[in-house]
Amino acid sequence: MAMEPYPQSAQAEVVKPPPTSVGVLGWIKDNLFNGYFNSLLTIVTLFFLYKIVPPFVRWAFIDSVWCPDCAEACKKAAGACWSIITSNIRFIIFGFYPYAEQWRPLIAMFLLFGLIYYSSKNKNWKKSLIYVWIVGLFVMGVLMKGGLFGLTSVESTKWGGLPLTLLLSVFGLTAAYPLGVILALGRRSKMPGIRWMSILYIELIRGVPLISLLFMSSIIFPLFLPEGVTINKILRAQVAIILFTAAYIAEVVRGGLQGIPKGQYEAAESLGLNYVLTMRLVILPQALKIVIPPTVSILISAFKDTSLVVIIALWDLMKTTQSVLSHPKWMGFSPEAYIFLAILYFLGCFSMSNYSRKLERELSQGEER
Amino acid sequence: MNLKGTHPAPEPYLKEIEKVPFWLDPKWRAVIYQIGVFCMVGLLAYYLVSNTIANLQRQHIATGFGFLHKEASFEIGESLIPYSAASTYGRALLVGALNTIKVSFIGIILTLFLGTFIGIARLSSNWLVSKLAGIYIEAMQDVPVLLQLFFWYAIFYETLPSPRQALHPVRGLFLSNRGVALPVPASIPAYKYMLLAFLSACVAAYFLKKWARKRQEETGKIFPVFITSTVMLLGFPLVTWLLFGAPIEIDTPELVGFNFKGGIMLSPEFIALLMGLVLYTAAFVAEVVRAGIQSVSKGQKEAAMALGLKPSYVLNLVILPQAMRVIIPPLTSQMLNLTKNSSLAVAIGFPDFVSVANTCINQTGQAVEGVALIMAVYLIFSLSTSVFMNWYNKKTALVER
Repeated sequence: MAMEPYPQSAQAEVVKPPPTSVGVLGWIKDNLFNGYFNSLLTIVTLFFLYKIVPPFVRWAFIDSVWCPDCAEACKKAAGACWSIITSNIRFIIFGFYPYAEQWRPLIAMFLLFGLIYYSSKNKNWKKSLIYVWIVGLFVMGVLMKGGLFGLTSVESTKWGGLPLTLLLSVFGLTAAYPLGVILALGRRSKMPGIRWMSILYIELIRGVPLISLLFMSSIIFPLFLPEGVTINKILRAQVAIILFTAAYIAEVVRGGLQGIPKGQYEAAESLGLNYVLTMRLVILPQALKIVIPPTVSILISAFKDTSLVVIIALWDLMKTTQSVLSHPKWMGFSPEAYIFLAILYFLGCFSMSNYSRKLERELSQGEER
Repeated sequence: MNLKGTHPAPEPYLKEIEKVPFWLDPKWRAVIYQIGVFCMVGLLAYYLVSNTIANLQRQHIATGFGFLHKEASFEIGESLIPYSAASTYGRALLVGALNTIKVSFIGIILTLFLGTFIGIARLSSNWLVSKLAGIYIEAMQDVPVLLQLFFWYAIFYETLPSPRQALHPVRGLFLSNRGVALPVPASIPAYKYMLLAFLSACVAAYFLKKWARKRQEETGKIFPVFITSTVMLLGFPLVTWLLFGAPIEIDTPELVGFNFKGGIMLSPEFIALLMGLVLYTAAFVAEVVRAGIQSVSKGQKEAAMALGLKPSYVLNLVILPQAMRVIIPPLTSQMLNLTKNSSLAVAIGFPDFVSVANTCINQTGQAVEGVALIMAVYLIFSLSTSVFMNWYNKKTALVER
């Protein structure tokens, strides 16, 4: 409804709102000083920020040492020694990967980021995406391993750092996803034997910490295999992460399956579809769409959880950093190194969780008509 | 009316149905599928177990839990029960389990307080406080807990001075790279009776609450339970203390030689583990609390206020009971997560169950039994929690008309 302009006579003066209720001042009054308690809270908080932030900025930026290979200058400086990062960045990121060949994991990583970015767009969610991923993963594998197209072969025992962390989490999720869907279907199956086996598996895995599975992979897996057969340590840890993640995915997918109304099952049945077709064409496409946001949070925890492989002595990001820290030259600069790692992990997780929130909004917009 | 005449006899029709071959009958098919899956799982298990047994025999590794009675011959840094290197493996594992329970129990209590506080701060109408809480939640959730443990541990042993130059902010408190030394009340009978008095006050408060609720349902009169219980909880120990003549005896730590004597000493490993777990889990708890409070629709609060209830009754009788129903299930899973994450103690050398079990595995070589024990202990924790959760869910489930 359009408002009629107020008839302004010469006498009527337009009275402006008081300056304390509009603009910056109004905002400050409304959000920081509305009431005694909030005013006190603001002042106390500001005091603590004043005590903490300036010294931290001083330590991290003003008094800090940035130049590569300045271990001596670091010992004298009062601030942070970022030199530990700038000097060792390539070892921290790539581990023992041959120095001259480190462009290969770098390209593989960018390929992965590009793929993830490409798949994050709704309009690219087609069947062809699966083929794009298969080709992409294959190219990444070739880049990492070598031995083809004139690339020198690099043993997987030399893989380390960030590529290893990404490898464990991305492969962990992609391989765990089908397994998780099967377990979720098993848990909702009408056959008691299969249902109980799925429940047993899911609850067993969710009840134990990941570290116990990793111990199992590093100490007990070799015992499971017949004499003479050995499996690479990275692959064993990868299997443990897959088995672990699958149980969590199963629970998320089960939530999605429960969210599908019964009418959908009945409609599919009345069309004469059998179980496999019902699931493939009617139920799963809907259920899996609902659970995309929680799946992203599983990817986030998988990404964080890969840091645990340091305990079974795999050379992931954490282990390469610790090995730099154990060097006499760089001893005592752990806070700086760990803060750098924390920023790396934070960037990864934060962009994923932001994306999951955005997706949740977009998907729920489709529901609300 | 005779229906028999209108319908033909059904027998031949039924016979045709019975003729369906059993491999097309859903019932039989289900049985066959299940037998098939069981056989596959059974074969896989048989293959793995037979390989394992063969490998163990070839490597001359003993099997069974007999090692639990053998001498452990390794020291454990901190223990709640008497333990020495001459004790058995079984006792060493018990020490580890108790340490896990200790750190989880203290961690859960601290997490609940910190998490609730941050969750409420996130909902504050104060922009600064709410944003800071948001930053805290996001930053803590997005950094792996193991990295946080390493960070706090490094802060302890790298930036704090040796016991000789220990930081000494207040009397009796020492911060050094050997840990934190705290004063504790000396163990004199008066304090023990005060503890007893406090426990009896807890029991009395529980029954008071039951009685007050019953009375309220029968007569509608409201008894000031909260104030009375607080007075009892503080008053009982205070009266006991006065009856004993108000003794003050505190065991303060003092620097003797290279270490502290008296008080209690918290190791850097313990504090780093506790800090990492609490700060990390509190971020998740804060989100749970925030979501729970926001889940109660505004109309509920407005309706309660329209009825003329006091603000404290609005909170206690209307908002909290509904918010708790949403909060409790994810909260329990966070508590369980904290307990499971306490297994990361092995990375910084705190002797929890996993790290003691790991030492046992390294010494005896009996990896299968060791890992099985780890899994069993954590399964007991989770199963008992989920039994409790089911009971609680049943108790608080929404009763619909």
